[in-house]
Order: sequence, then structure tokens, then C-alpha cells
Amino acid sequence: MAEATSNLKVSAPPAELEREPLVANQRGPGYISDAIAGVNERKTPKWWWSAFIPSVLLMLTCFAMVIYLMSTGVGVWGVNHPVMWGWAIINFVWWIGIGHAGTLISAILYLLGQRWRTSINRAAEAMTIFAVMCAGLFPVIHIGRIWLGWWLLPLPNNNAFWPQFRSPLMWDVFAVSTYFTVSVLFWYVGLIPDLAVMRDRAKTKLRRFWYGLFSLGWTGSQRHWNHYEKAYLILAGLSTPLVLSVHSIVSLDFSVSQLPGWHTTIFPPYFVAGAIYSGFGMVLTLIIPVRKLYNLQEIVTMRHIDLLCKVTLATGSIVAYAYVMEYFIAWYSGNPYERFIFFNRIFGEHYWWGGWLMILCNVVTPQLFWSKRVRQNLVVVFIISILVNIGMWFERFVIVVGSLYREFIPSNWGHYMPTWVDALTYLGTFGLFLTFFLLFLRFIPIIAMSEVKGGTPQADPHHPLGGAKVEGKH
Amino acid sequence: MAEEKQPYGLIAQFETPADTLHAAEEVRDAGYSQWDVCSPFPIHGLDKAMGLKNSGVGWFAFIGGVVGFTLGMLMIWYMNAYDYGIIVGGKPMFSPFGAFPPSYELTILLSSFGALFGMLFLNRLPRLHHPLLKNRRFAQATHDKFFVVIECEDPKYSETETRRLLESVGSTHVELVEE
Repeated sequence: MAEATSNLKVSAPPAELEREPLVANQRGPGYISDAIAGVNERKTPKWWWSAFIPSVLLMLTCFAMVIYLMSTGVGVWGVNHPVMWGWAIINFVWWIGIGHAGTLISAILYLLGQRWRTSINRAAEAMTIFAVMCAGLFPVIHIGRIWLGWWLLPLPNNNAFWPQFRSPLMWDVFAVSTYFTVSVLFWYVGLIPDLAVMRDRAKTKLRRFWYGLFSLGWTGSQRHWNHYEKAYLILAGLSTPLVLSVHSIVSLDFSVSQLPGWHTTIFPPYFVAGAIYSGFGMVLTLIIPVRKLYNLQEIVTMRHIDLLCKVTLATGSIVAYAYVMEYFIAWYSGNPYERFIFFNRIFGEHYWWGGWLMILCNVVTPQLFWSKRVRQNLVVVFIISILVNIGMWFERFVIVVGSLYREFIPSNWGHYMPTWVDALTYLGTFGLFLTFFLLFLRFIPIIAMSEVKGGTPQADPHHPLGGAKVEGKH
Repeated sequence: MAEEKQPYGLIAQFETPADTLHAAEEVRDAGYSQWDVCSPFPIHGLDKAMGLKNSGVGWFAFIGGVVGFTLGMLMIWYMNAYDYGIIVGGKPMFSPFGAFPPSYELTILLSSFGALFGMLFLNRLPRLHHPLLKNRRFAQATHDKFFVVIECEDPKYSETETRRLLESVGSTHVELVEE
């Protein structure tokens, strides 16, 4: 029996089933570290400075706006009765949604064995961390009296009573802070072996000291890798339910209340899909210029872009389905308030165009990704990736403002107009995000070197390129 | 002040993962215990070739998770039901459902800490100094070379015999590393 099976001849799979390699041109581990570590070792490129200086200025604008808000009061924003949740909450949900793609790429795709994640996960996780930082700013400043922000923490306040844990806003505090902490941990664990690479290549004392300190004395020992890989797997396993819970809890901020348009059970999955959709948009927006500017096309190949587009298409279609379902349920429920709110979203006063913009950018444009020609055209992909995030911002605008300015009693209706402080605070968070992202590009290996190396045929001891003598033997 | 330099062990360089895997099997079969393989990435199947057991990091994460969930539930019960209860909408003082989301997040938070610190504890990291990291050739272990390291502490260690073994399994360079 054993002999019979060993004589079986298995023919090679047909050429059309062969997948494109993850690292082009059969580049080996040496090339990979030179290409990626070289990004941090070469002289700072000119474009970096011309992006960094405006980003810092924009970030300072954001801080100035926050100081203005704190010193003057929330009146500097456009929020007023009945729209008490304005841009702050929209921007919070928007930024934190963007963060979700990083965790999806690093954790969920890891558990699913999608090895193409390795060349984009580091940058995507960095994006997550910085996006969550931008997001975290808004709930803190929107409370009005910022110096009482510590009331959100589980501490007894001046009157000796505790935060109320029946409120989803308290759940949010725990969800967002856990999300930030675990994302940083996961990112750092992934960085340890790569910081060791940087330490071993360092030419200056300063670099050797700092990279050496943060690489914790990593030697690449197999006994260490054994525990390391288990810890990484567990962190991926923990991040997966975490990322799904974070945007679910964010959506509960809305759906636990009783406003029409908010009080729906579809919100958690709908928000998670939207978050991942917008995050992939942002990953594309960032990765397309970065791979070009740093000449990393052999490591972040067109196949990676193609796959990112496909995930964007898939999640965008889930979002489209959720929109259709929201409208159907609004009609089917027979509830006049629900019907009115959803009619008002696209035909109502003031903000009807926001509703259409949201449908155009989130339902229509991602469908272009069905075409391979579109997915291979980097300019078009870049433009669509920006439209994705414009659409997702308007989705949150439509949800937040759309339900608040026309609630149950017409005498309670109002109008909402953001101020220049709202606008500059929001623009300023781009400065915050880009400043940190550019610093990341400059000082930290932007692609997970050890993981990319581990995914090449050169790393496989049973592959001829990995040194296997006879096929399948070593 | 010329302190006698103690030898740390022998390092043997290999060029491909397949050679490394093969060498690891030979070293394991020769009965060494204080030895290691250093590589730029984890090599598939090397844990078996070295005879490594399943990592215990999972237990740290599990205990962290249990502590996190218990802590979350107890904290919310203490704050909202025991220490300063406030009736909201005539509802019970403590409901596991309202307390669940924060406890769930704390489960994940402490479990992640368990995984990270468990991993560092089991690996005896961080360490600021390691004899191997002083060796110039060994710096290639994070680049594209593979090293089998056999420490002098090993009861089977003998400089000539061990060197012969490492050369016979196809190492391209064997070198003595000092403490």
C-alpha cells in the first residue's frame, strides 16, 4: 500500500493556477533586508522634508484649535441644540474606522494564513495606531470641560460616585483604550526581530544603542522564535475579536439610544464592515505613494494592490448591502419616524447631497474594482481610495447630523453648520497622523523584514531555493 | 586587569535553511542539550528537528484573560452596585450584560499582556548583553545566514569533537565565541 502511493505521479498544477510570487524576481533574504533597512539608512529624501514640515505645521494648528476650544468653550464649534454631536463624533468614528484595516491585515489575515499580508502589515498597523491616536483626541475634547475628562476613568469623582457602566460611552472608553494598547503591543512584538536587524546593521553608536535597546537583546534564537511565534499567534487571536468588538461598541453609542436612524440592530456588523472598508481605502492611499517613493515595487507588488482592491470591493459591497437593508427595514417597519428619517437623508432639506455623496462613493465607485484593468491602474486606484474615505466621512455625517437635526417633534428641528474651528481641528488631525506616519517611515523598518523573508521560497527548507537537495527532502 | 576570557561556545555558519535543518537534526541526535539555532526568520520544521516542546505562552495569556474578565465584572459590581449604587430606570443594580463589554475588553487587554510578558519571561528577555551579539560574523544571523550555536556549558561539549561534528554536517565556517 505504501509503495503504491509512493509511485503516484502528481502533475504540476496548470499555469493559470500558479500564483504570482509575493516577492518579485526571486529576491532572497539578503536583498530584502538591504531594501527595507536601506529606507531608514539612506539620507533623508527631500520629499520627506517637504511632506514633514507642512504636516508638523498642520499638527500644531490642531493643537492650537484644541487650546482655543479649551480656553473659550464649546461655543467655538458649530454644535448647538438639537445637533449636539457634530464633527467631533463624526471624526472620531471616521478615524477609528480607518484604524480597523491595520488590525484586520495583521491579525485576521494572519489567522487565515494569507501570507501576502507580510509586506503591508507593518505600515498598516502603524496607520492603525496613529489613526486611533487621532480618533482618541475627539472624545476627550468633545466633553466640553476637558479638565474633567478623568471622570471617564473608573475612579470616584468629587462626589464619591463612580462612572455608570450601563452607558455605552463607558464601554467605548474601555474598547478604544484596549484597542490602542493591544495594537501597540502587537506592533511592537512584530518589530522586535526587525529592530534587531537594524541594530546589527547599525553604523553609528547612536543607532546601535537605540535599536539595540528596543530589540531587547534579540538573537534570532530558535528557542526564542518558538515562544515568539506562539505569542504572535495568540496576539493575533486576541486582536481579531477585539477589532470586531471596537467598532461594534462604537456603533452601540448610537444604536443604544432611541433616535430613528440610530436605533437599529444592523449597526454593529454594518459599522465593522464600513470601518474595514475605509481602512483599506487608507492603506491604498498610503501604500501606493510609499512603494513608489522608496522603490519597493518588488516587495509590495501589483498583486498586493490587486488583493487590497478586492478586499475593498468585498467590504464596500457589504456596506452597500447594509444601506439597502437599512432602507428596506425603514420602509418595512411601518414606523413613520424611521421612514421620514431615511427619506430625509436623500431628499430632505440641507443635507440631501451628503446622502447622495455617501451612496456615490461607498456603493458605486468601489464596484469599479470588479475590473482588473481598474485594479492595475495605480492612478485610478489611488483616486478611488480617496473617494472611499470621503464617502465614509459623509456616511458618519449623514448618520450623526441626519438623525439629530430632524428628530421626533418638528418644534425640535434645527440646523447644523460647522465653524472654521471644526474644520481646522479636523484638518489638523491629518497633520498629527502624517507627522507620526512620516516619522515611522524614517526611523522604523516599514515592512516586516523577518516575516517577508520567512514567506520566500528561500526560507523553505523543502524548496530547491531553500537548499533542498532532492525534491521534498533536505 | 587582563581578565582571562572565558569561551562561550562554538558557532557554525550555514547558508541555507535546508542545511541548517539537517545540521540541527544531527546535533540533536548527537545528544547535545545546551545548543541553539539562530536564524533571520523562524524555519518551518526546525522546532521538531531541535526537539522543542510546544511553547507555554498560552498559559500566561489564558491566566491573564481569566483575571481580566473577573476583574472587570467585580470592578463594575463594586462600583455600581456595592459601593455607590444609583438606581437607573428601576433596573437591577448589577446586570452582567451591561458589565460584559468592559469586562470583555479587559479580558483581551490582560490576556495580551500575558502573551507579551509571558513570551519575554520564557525567553529571559530583555537582556542588555549577550556574548553572541559581540561577534561580528554573528550579526549576519539577522540578515541572511544561519548559525548553530553549541555552548561550552553543554556536558557533551569538547572543542575538538564538537568542531568536527559541526564541520561534518556542512558548516561553512566554525568559530569559537568568547564570553
